[in-house]
Amino acid sequence: METMNTESKGVEMRDPVCGMTVGPGALKVDGYQELGFCSEHCRRGFLADPERYVDIVGEDAEPAGEPTTDYPSKTPSGRGESKGTVHLAVEGMTCASCVSTVESALAAVPGVIDARVNFASNTAMVDTALDVPASVLTAAVASSGYQAREIEGENADTTDAERVASEHRYRLLMRKFWFAGVVSLPVIYFSYPEIFPGVPEKGSTALWWIWVAMGIITIPVLAWSGSQFFTGAWGALRHRSANMHTLIATGISAAWLYSTVAVLFPGFFPDEMLRDVFYDVTAVVTALVVLGMALELKARARTSEAMKKLIGLQAKTARVIRGGVEADIPVEEVVVGDVVVVRPGEKIPVDGEVISGSSAVDESMVTGEPIPVEKTEGTPVIGATINRTGSFRFRATRVGRDTMLAQIIRMVRDAQGSKAPIQRTVDKVSGYFVPAVLIVAVLTFMTWYTFGPSPALVYAVITMVTVLVIACPCALGLATPTSLMVGIGKGAENGILIRSGDALETAHRIDTVVLDKTGTVTRGKPSLTDISAFEGHTEDGVLRLAASAEKGSEHPLGEAIVRAALDLGLGLSDPDQFSAVPGHGIEARVDDRQVVLGTLKLMADRGIAAGPAESRLESLAEQGKTAVVVAVDGELAGVVAVADTLKEDSVEAIARLHRLGLEVVMLTGDNHRTAKAIGDKVGIDRVMAEVLPDEKATQIKLLQAEGKVVAMVGDGINDAPALAQADVGLAMGTGTDVAMESGDVTLIKGSLTGVATAIELSKATMRNIHQNLVGAFAYNTLGIPIAAGLLYPAFGILLSPLIAGAAMAFSSVTVVTNANRLRRFTPTHPEEVT
Amino acid sequence: MDVVLVNLAGLGLITLIVWYFWLSKPVGTAAAVTSAGVQEAFIVVRDGYRPDTIRVTAGRPVRLVFNRQESDPCSERVVLDAFGVSAVLPQGGNVPLEFTPTEAGSYEFACPMGMLRGKVVAE
Repeated sequence: METMNTESKGVEMRDPVCGMTVGPGALKVDGYQELGFCSEHCRRGFLADPERYVDIVGEDAEPAGEPTTDYPSKTPSGRGESKGTVHLAVEGMTCASCVSTVESALAAVPGVIDARVNFASNTAMVDTALDVPASVLTAAVASSGYQAREIEGENADTTDAERVASEHRYRLLMRKFWFAGVVSLPVIYFSYPEIFPGVPEKGSTALWWIWVAMGIITIPVLAWSGSQFFTGAWGALRHRSANMHTLIATGISAAWLYSTVAVLFPGFFPDEMLRDVFYDVTAVVTALVVLGMALELKARARTSEAMKKLIGLQAKTARVIRGGVEADIPVEEVVVGDVVVVRPGEKIPVDGEVISGSSAVDESMVTGEPIPVEKTEGTPVIGATINRTGSFRFRATRVGRDTMLAQIIRMVRDAQGSKAPIQRTVDKVSGYFVPAVLIVAVLTFMTWYTFGPSPALVYAVITMVTVLVIACPCALGLATPTSLMVGIGKGAENGILIRSGDALETAHRIDTVVLDKTGTVTRGKPSLTDISAFEGHTEDGVLRLAASAEKGSEHPLGEAIVRAALDLGLGLSDPDQFSAVPGHGIEARVDDRQVVLGTLKLMADRGIAAGPAESRLESLAEQGKTAVVVAVDGELAGVVAVADTLKEDSVEAIARLHRLGLEVVMLTGDNHRTAKAIGDKVGIDRVMAEVLPDEKATQIKLLQAEGKVVAMVGDGINDAPALAQADVGLAMGTGTDVAMESGDVTLIKGSLTGVATAIELSKATMRNIHQNLVGAFAYNTLGIPIAAGLLYPAFGILLSPLIAGAAMAFSSVTVVTNANRLRRFTPTHPEEVT
Repeated sequence: MDVVLVNLAGLGLITLIVWYFWLSKPVGTAAAVTSAGVQEAFIVVRDGYRPDTIRVTAGRPVRLVFNRQESDPCSERVVLDAFGVSAVLPQGGNVPLEFTPTEAGSYEFACPMGMLRGKVVAE
């Protein structure tokens, strides 16, 4: 704030909102005498959020200072920051003056800082101070006589529109193909008098007229079927870049121009042999390349199928109770706190928590978990999942952009738009590729013209056209992103969210997987595993007394004992005189009997002879269990043991990791003996025990120092530093609590099998990318020299431009089709492991 | 004689290709500063990005607003790799991409295949 005084001392001030210089008579705001405003609009903008502008003033006054803006790296929409930008689609604007009407209507809304309407696209962008709901803005537009709705990034409607546009484009390309294809047939026939019978001989007037006709009918092939090549080439040329269109447009028009000159100005070519036409090249190459584009479009639509499926999962309506009445409302209108009713077979519209009723819910579409999940009062439900058996009511906790599905969609979309490191190398090449091909084409022409056999000009033109036509920058460009699209989409279908191309690429190099024991290998919640009773006692009796004594205990061990007793249906009594002996156990009176529960040391202190229990305790400890002695009325009664139990699929998942050739390391705070016992049971290669929580990241560093590429698997909440340190951090979700931001990969279903699936998927995707790249590079590096005639001097082999056109058209289709093979990816089945 | 001429013309053409595509530098368009202090530029996506070179001041937030006016699937997404941001561009809609170049330099935005390219030059 001090910095602003220097400004206010001068006669002139700067409007902090728009940055304009204003005089001393400028509009003022109470409490900010040092500031002046150019207009009421700016003054209102300032009032909406003064803090922001005070900061900006401070920044301006100190130009040498560090920039304070620290944007999060992933905010494509800009909403959810200190200010918001709302995008509206505005309908009904007929003239440019409508623009200013809508703009001023929007600007008049309190909290709006700036509104810009684009007449051409019928959209408005409104910068707002925080918390101006879009509905207020649309209402303002409506009051000025136009209609507006918020554009919400991607939703079912926009994907539908995209699908329709893509369909339309496909049909157009196919029509262009059929036209060029039909024209090609007679053109090919009359182009090869030496092959096809009945074609008038060369030099005859009849053939000359046929050539004229061919020249004319290929004009619409160029102008209509091939129009996208010319507009595309021109567009690129204006940006000083070149692409596939540049190559094809140059190739087909060179062939057409040469032919036309040969027909119309034969005198131009003194040599009789030079008077030849290549209209077949123009027509056939256009037809083939257009067909290739159409097929590629079809194939590419499939690469984003997983994403479309996700978007399609969104529910359209919700049945909520408002004012005691059930009503169906659009899902966008559900607010946090609404009570939503769900009947069997219906889709759960938003995220929430069950308040009454119970049911089984199919969550496979979001978590990848095929078995329906039981829901009762208090359990969370996920929007877009399907209610199977019962009816229930739940309270909405997350709606709109905050639902788990919306977050997943955003994350998948961002990841699909990210680049794998391997692509950065390809990008460098593709930036030079097309101009380099143009140069090679010119060199080819020069070489054939200078050294080629007669008729040199014909050979020069044909080889140049062949080089232009065969080169396929698209295959190179499509290789990585299409595989990435399919791979990341496939992950989402299996409940595996991969954050970026980086993560996907690194995951395939992993050689060591570190598992955080608690919550990953085990449930993270101890349960009773063993009871043994000594003479005069029964197991149930021991458990009932122990559980009754522990009834008030908050110790996890006590809770496990109580839970086990309740599960067995044992009636518990309320303990009297409960007292805890920290670190050793508890004492209490239950049904007038003195119960002591704890370590051997506690027994010794109380003068209880516990000798017979010692060997039992020893063997339980070796199995990694926590065991305590139970004594009743001063006599040894039994031993109970609890342990953190393994998740059912841990053994299977670790076996799968081994099958992938990975070393599996377990990290735990437990002592060595316990840790080893658990590690042996599930087949861990290496156990790192007695690791304090803040040392986890250091342990990862040590493994990396050994030269290992490390994946860390944790719950994402306590393990954040270790997840960040690892080459790939995999955060395991449990139900709706998914810490999506903390890992490179998020496993929505809290199961270790997802780790193996994620790594398998990464390997499959990278293999696919490599196939594509090798194919595309090999195709171009072999195809171009052969097209240039490299094999001609030694073997007399020269490629026909028609073959080159076919090869080019299908090379990019092949790349996309190969990427689509990834859609068939399935995780290895458990039975294949053994 | 014509062999010499053709080869000279060929070399001339190659020089032109090298100069036009690789050596010449486009001037670029300066981004406008909105009242909120964001440097904003509207970019039409049709057969490439127009304008394709945006000049901005380093250290201040930049918003590129893309409006795609074609159905060619090549341009359906734009990626600004240096900042890890990308956006899907539905036809006709204005889609913003926001980031802050803290350091001066040239940052490329492109279609995922790297065929259509543009850049933000932060000074």
